[in-house]
Amino acid sequence: MSALTFTLRHRPEQRVDMSPLSCHLLQGLEPSEIGALTLQVGKAKVRVDDLFTLSGFDTQNIIIKNSFAKLDYIAKDLEAGSVRVEGDAGAYLGLGMKNGEIRVSGNSGIFTAAEMKKGFVLIEGNAGDFVGGALPGNKMGMKGGTVLIKGNAGERVGDHMRRGNILIEGNAGDYCGSRMTAGTIAVMGHTGKFLGYAMRRGTLLLWQAPQLMATFNDCGAHTLAFLPILFNSFKKLDSRFADSGLHFNRVQRFAGDMSDMGRGEVLVKI
Amino acid sequence: MIINGVSIDATFAEAFPMKATRAIITAQHEKWAMISAQAMTGFATSVIACGCEAGIERVLSPDETPDGRPGVAIMIFAMGGKGLAKQLETRAGQCVLTSPTSALFAGIDGGTRIALGKNLRYFGDGFQVSKLIDGKRYWRVPVMDGEFLTEATTGQVDAVGGGNFLVLAESQPQALAACEAAIDVMRTVPNVIMPFPGGVVRSGSKVGSKYKSLGASTNDAFCPTLKGMTATELSPEIESVMEIVIDGLSKADIDKAMRVGIQAVCDLGAANGIKRISAGNYGGKLGPFHFHLQEIMA
Repeated sequence: MSALTFTLRHRPEQRVDMSPLSCHLLQGLEPSEIGALTLQVGKAKVRVDDLFTLSGFDTQNIIIKNSFAKLDYIAKDLEAGSVRVEGDAGAYLGLGMKNGEIRVSGNSGIFTAAEMKKGFVLIEGNAGDFVGGALPGNKMGMKGGTVLIKGNAGERVGDHMRRGNILIEGNAGDYCGSRMTAGTIAVMGHTGKFLGYAMRRGTLLLWQAPQLMATFNDCGAHTLAFLPILFNSFKKLDSRFADSGLHFNRVQRFAGDMSDMGRGEVLVKI
Repeated sequence: MIINGVSIDATFAEAFPMKATRAIITAQHEKWAMISAQAMTGFATSVIACGCEAGIERVLSPDETPDGRPGVAIMIFAMGGKGLAKQLETRAGQCVLTSPTSALFAGIDGGTRIALGKNLRYFGDGFQVSKLIDGKRYWRVPVMDGEFLTEATTGQVDAVGGGNFLVLAESQPQALAACEAAIDVMRTVPNVIMPFPGGVVRSGSKVGSKYKSLGASTNDAFCPTLKGMTATELSPEIESVMEIVIDGLSKADIDKAMRVGIQAVCDLGAANGIKRISAGNYGGKLGPFHFHLQEIMA
């Protein structure tokens, strides 16, 4: 069965709430019924088939073509299946997703994979602020799964993150790992200021030496046995993280943020 | 049945259902993985007094272990799941956590999950770190030589304990040599352990005793020095009897281990003083698993 494909006819001026088009909500619907659904576009409600041309039938395998940065809430609360975005994705991509897979060929906006629980998200380009974070006022960000960003990520990566992996091949902005409760953020490129700000537990795994706050204490150089196991788990990815030539188990360990619980760690390749 | 001059008795070994688990111990060198494994499987020959039966299954090469270091697979068997979990945790805490450079991983992915390092983490006094990797939870416990890495749980499965055969020989050295040959080849069979010292028992037991406080006592029918004093099972030329006990994850695993072990004994044959192969049972009334020697060797 061919993938259910939404091809954007034109780019609306206002932002589009794509949350009604998650795989689990479309299960069992005929293409005509899907076309008749309405999406919130700014203040207006617009029929799906006015905004997209539809083809294919497989509601558990969705492709969004001609996508651009104003298509928000793509694959919100996704429970299973796969969503492929050709182009950019807007804000809240994969918000609260429970399982399944999202692949974006371009960039994604703020709150990518925020409060995600399980599954896999791939961003071929750059991701905005608050990747894997918690929505404002909420206490728990990402709780499981893996986010792979091949480009750069914005500020506040993993804010309030609780569990799971965020893998960034490029750079991460300021406040990476802020208020993190647990989980792993790995950054191959450079990290910005205030790394691990108010971090409680969790691991920031870095290939480049960071600019650390005074509230992170040097615990010395170590060979850590869990790193080969962690890197082995990345080998199935189509990513530089799978390249064993870039793997290591010898690190400088910094503990922090001592202004908070201080059980977090920054591990820097040496 | 006679193989190479060795008579195979028309009898059977009687075995019992047990619970089993496997753990993988790794270390910087195979030497230290083995030291830790030997400590963890020490004093675990019989459930009668040790609480469990444990043994080293085999040495693992670095590409077979989760952390890419040399390792040893050990197995522990007990009569119930609760006892098994207690033994596993106690032994892991005292013999692996304490052993230099060691790490501890699950050796069975399925089955009922029982604590491996799940509670050992508290040794970290709040400094322990959890990592969930590919659905498996690991604990990193800070210790004086660095970090003790342990998987939180391992699998507990139904198993079979008490498979056995007896080697009856013309002399003690010949009985021991035959048992050594059998153990060497039986250790290549996966999913089994031979829990007694070196895999061999010289003090096979019968149920009951003249002393009320003892539930088991020496198997006088197979004691060569009592040939003239008891209802002996031994012919005059038998001077020594040794037993090999096998615990395995399934009846088929024990079948295979018994077959290769008995074959190794028979390969030495009557020319080397091996006269008979027999087995221990309780009349078939106690254990649901019966290993008929002649069927196994057919």
